[in-house]
Amino acid sequence: MTQATLLQQILDYANRADPYPLYAELRRTPVTRQEGGVYAVSTYWEITGLLHDPRISSDARNRAPQAGAGPLPVVPQEETDLPPSFIGLDPPEHDRLRRLAMRPFGPPHTPRRVHDMRAELTRTVSGLIDAFQGRSEVDIVDDFAYPFPVTVICRLLGVPREDEARFHIWAEAVVAALDPDPVEGAPDRARAARRARSELGLYLAGLAEERRRAPGDDLLSAMTSGHGPEERLSPVEVVTTAVLLLIAGHETTVNLIANGVLTLLRHPEELKRLRDEPGLAVPLVEELLRYEPPVQLLPQRTAVADIDIAGTTIPRGAPIWLVVASGSRDPRRFADPDRFLPERPDNQHLGFGGGVHYCFGAPLARLEAQIALTELARRLGEPRLVEDPPPYRRNPVLRGPRHLRVAFDTLAR
Amino acid sequence: MAADGAAEVFRRRGHAVVVGASLAGLRAAETLREEGFTGTLTMIGDEPRDPYDRPPLSKQVLLGRVPADGTELPRRRALDARWRLGVAAAGLDLAGRRVRLADGEEVAFDRLLIATGARARPWFRESEAALDGVFVLRTADDAARLTRRLAAGPRRVLVVGAGFTGSEIASACRERGLEVTVAERGPAPLVGALGGVVGAVAARLQRDHGVDLRCGVTVTALEGDLAGRLRRAHLSDGAALDVDVAVIGLGAIRNTEWLTGSGLAAGPRGVACDAGCRAFDVHGIVTDDVFVAGDVARSPHPLFGYQFLSLEHWGNAVAQAEVAAHNMISSGLDRRPHLWLPAFWSAQFGVNVKSVGVPPLGDELVVTQGALAENRFVAAYGFQGRFIAAVAFDQGRWLDFYRGLIESAAPFPPAFTNLDRRTDGTRPVPADFPDPSLPTHGPTVTLSGYSPSERRLRFTPAPA
Amino acid sequence: MRLVVDLNRCQGYAQCAFLAPDVFTMHGEEALIYTPRAGEAQREQVARAVAACPVQAVTVDWADVPVAAEEAGGHGR
Ligand SMILES: Cc1cc2nc3c(=O)[nH]c(=O)nc-3n(C[C@H](O)[C@H](O)[C@H](O)COP(=O)(O)OP(=O)(O)OC[C@H]3O[C@@H](n4cnc5c(N)ncnc54)[C@H](O)[C@@H]3O)c2cc1C
Ligand code: HEM
Ligand code: SF4
Repeated sequence: MTQATLLQQILDYANRADPYPLYAELRRTPVTRQEGGVYAVSTYWEITGLLHDPRISSDARNRAPQAGAGPLPVVPQEETDLPPSFIGLDPPEHDRLRRLAMRPFGPPHTPRRVHDMRAELTRTVSGLIDAFQGRSEVDIVDDFAYPFPVTVICRLLGVPREDEARFHIWAEAVVAALDPDPVEGAPDRARAARRARSELGLYLAGLAEERRRAPGDDLLSAMTSGHGPEERLSPVEVVTTAVLLLIAGHETTVNLIANGVLTLLRHPEELKRLRDEPGLAVPLVEELLRYEPPVQLLPQRTAVADIDIAGTTIPRGAPIWLVVASGSRDPRRFADPDRFLPERPDNQHLGFGGGVHYCFGAPLARLEAQIALTELARRLGEPRLVEDPPPYRRNPVLRGPRHLRVAFDTLAR
Repeated sequence: MAADGAAEVFRRRGHAVVVGASLAGLRAAETLREEGFTGTLTMIGDEPRDPYDRPPLSKQVLLGRVPADGTELPRRRALDARWRLGVAAAGLDLAGRRVRLADGEEVAFDRLLIATGARARPWFRESEAALDGVFVLRTADDAARLTRRLAAGPRRVLVVGAGFTGSEIASACRERGLEVTVAERGPAPLVGALGGVVGAVAARLQRDHGVDLRCGVTVTALEGDLAGRLRRAHLSDGAALDVDVAVIGLGAIRNTEWLTGSGLAAGPRGVACDAGCRAFDVHGIVTDDVFVAGDVARSPHPLFGYQFLSLEHWGNAVAQAEVAAHNMISSGLDRRPHLWLPAFWSAQFGVNVKSVGVPPLGDELVVTQGALAENRFVAAYGFQGRFIAAVAFDQGRWLDFYRGLIESAAPFPPAFTNLDRRTDGTRPVPADFPDPSLPTHGPTVTLSGYSPSERRLRFTPAPA
Repeated sequence: MRLVVDLNRCQGYAQCAFLAPDVFTMHGEEALIYTPRAGEAQREQVARAVAACPVQAVTVDWADVPVAAEEAGGHGR
């Protein structure tokens, strides 16, 4: 097996259910040059080093044109495209936009918002589980793990839940571009993603205009009304930020919850413990983020200088993939990395990335997953997997089951 | 291999005595137990309270968000120790291996850890220092007194010395809405610790937050009224200020007086020890059974040419305590050196200040990320062509990168490009440290040469 | 319970301030201020904050105020 084909294998849909042995192979060489000139980084210390390295950019415009993006297609930016959101920008623009987006969401300006959402999150979860009544089998993805975070992010942003069908299609198209599998017509996907992002942007721009005139207590209203003249988001920045939040809040937590249910059903003793001690959900979700992370790799980084690392030089302009799911299973960092240990000590996993791009929504995602898993564990009597492994989504970056059929005997109140 | 046997016997049933029951003392004691020390453990501390954390005293405590007696340190594990609190160690009999306490009791030890830290340097004129309204800030009691007075709403607070503690005090006062004057002998706040370039940012921060900052002046006298209450302060430029509170922030003095005559290399800059935390005696010979950790220690660092470093950093106290404790119960090759790269933080005027390395060694500086004018930046310091330190204002997430550069002695100025490099970050400028022979307030790292006994060291405590 | 944050490790990710706002607050963008002694009512949120800290900078001692003086005489906790 040559290294060159290893990344290809990881991207191969056939390996989606269990990419971890491939990561183990990848880790034999911490930093490797893959086909297409991509540098794949697979070990914990090298990944954390690069996440905090100011010679690494998240802005695709820093890519050397001849470098390509490896398996990811390069499609020229078009006039009508939205500019990048802060996940694809570097400091200082990144910091400024993130700071402004944070104002209505978290500390220092709105420290209690997420904490105070707990009751609402629990209500939403309860409602979804109540609807299982009278059934003996559900699809945890379609019936629960997807609608839950979508409802939450809609309410948070101020997007009508009824429009879900419309933006769901756009959101799917946007994240499909993260699927680097070239056999599936990647350039078309990338173009479709751009278009979808623009359409989603237009839709959100319309909403933002409504909120500006009649503000509510949602993020869109707060972002459009601004906070004094000196620092505020421009109308386009409001749109790119809203697009980012809607998609990020949409396509990730679903996988954390689905991966969580799957993992718990594969570890019935932990499921039982969670039922008996709900507090276990707190460290358990951290371990899930290490063991089955919804974001498997970060394919958007570029070197802006030659970087000597682990015996290799990553040349300026080269694309870098940080394989965080591999780093979180690095035996040099975690004892027994392939075991699911809900109370693992010193669990500094890479599930939410690290450095200045550390996940913006992490506290919300954590609460969502903790509440979702605790309530499912408590209420489903004798739950079991109908198929194992379940069918997975195509996407190797945002990885999770497409469906997760679970049968159960009783439903507690 | 007699020594090895000795460590093993000590580990099983020796008597460990720790003098100084604060951060370093507590963490050392925990490490002893953690690593299997089953002998008896005695903790001696002159403060009559549980070991507590000091950094909050000048921050959340002064802001009134946390009571002064509410910063006790969490225990990492049970200690099973004998505590002698509220009584000071008054002497050390090295040959007889005994610590003499102020109440006359003697405590025998097999191995001793000295962790007596430092205390606030008092105002130099005793009668003025005794005025009602004159404060220092080192202990929880100091913080309780000062907080009470600040809560009473004094008309103006004078902070003497703009090192870290002084600057944090000024910040807390402004946040409480109090009028504050800061008098600093140097050209800018924090200049001794961070140099003039970064000091200028600190000065702007203070002024932007309404501090009446006066640099290049000293306070010459504090004046009281008939009742012994502080009323006025006189400055070297002839100005007189009506103040009812003065906080003296003139740095710290190591608590080594109790070791006078003990035969250990102890002086105003601390107790000299080797990289393994073993104390030196006055002849520069390392002792076997006496260890040192925390603010009171002076220890050689390989990254800085094995010069002795005296650090007043929280992180150093923890790391050195762990190494000292480990070495107390280990022998020979199992012992570890204390190679901690200096690092500290400070929070003032809503800005998070972080530092790695030893900025005062730096001769040049490059703002590698962000901009001084935005109060958000990383400044890298170079010394003889290599990275020696980095200081971040609200950019702490990048510091690990610079830590790596310092540890690998990477060439300075940096040849690489990086994110957020602005035009004023293209060329190094002098870091602009004051002449080191003029003591300023608050360089919290002091390089003090190669001699364990400080014989070549001139030390001139000076008024502000 | 008592807690301490190793502010050299802390990178101001504010996960603690989101999840335990009664105990941890951000002071500006990056500086963290916290209450070193928290009550039983805060236990749940502190547990969330401790677990969520990406650099595991928070040390907690769940026990309530064990006084060193009580240990005098050689009794451990
Ligand atoms: C107000 C304030 C703010 C600070 N802020 C920061 C910060 O933001 N960042 C940072 O990195 N560091 C900061 N520090 C420094 C940090 O607190 C110290 O580095 C740390 O406390 C050192 O711990 P230590 O145990 O070595 O010494 P100390 O904490 O000084 O403890 C020594 C103990 O020994 C006792 N003792 C002394 N002599 C005797 C004797 N003869 N017999 C018995 N006991 C004795 C003392 O009373 C004291 O309890 C701050 C310090 C202060 C005072
Ligand atoms: C389990 C759920 C989630 C996971 C695993 C996850 C993971 C991640 C990761 C790994 C990154 C880093 C990307 C990079 O470095 O390039 C990130 C960034 C981001 N996430 Fe999440 N995320 C989750 C949920 C959410 C939610 C619910 C939101 C919105 C409320 C959100 C908003 C964001 C944003 C805005 C960024 C960009 C941050 C920046 O660039 O500064 N995420 N996320
Ligand atoms: S979560 Fe951790 S890193 Fe973030 S602010 Fe809190 S203590 Fe610091």
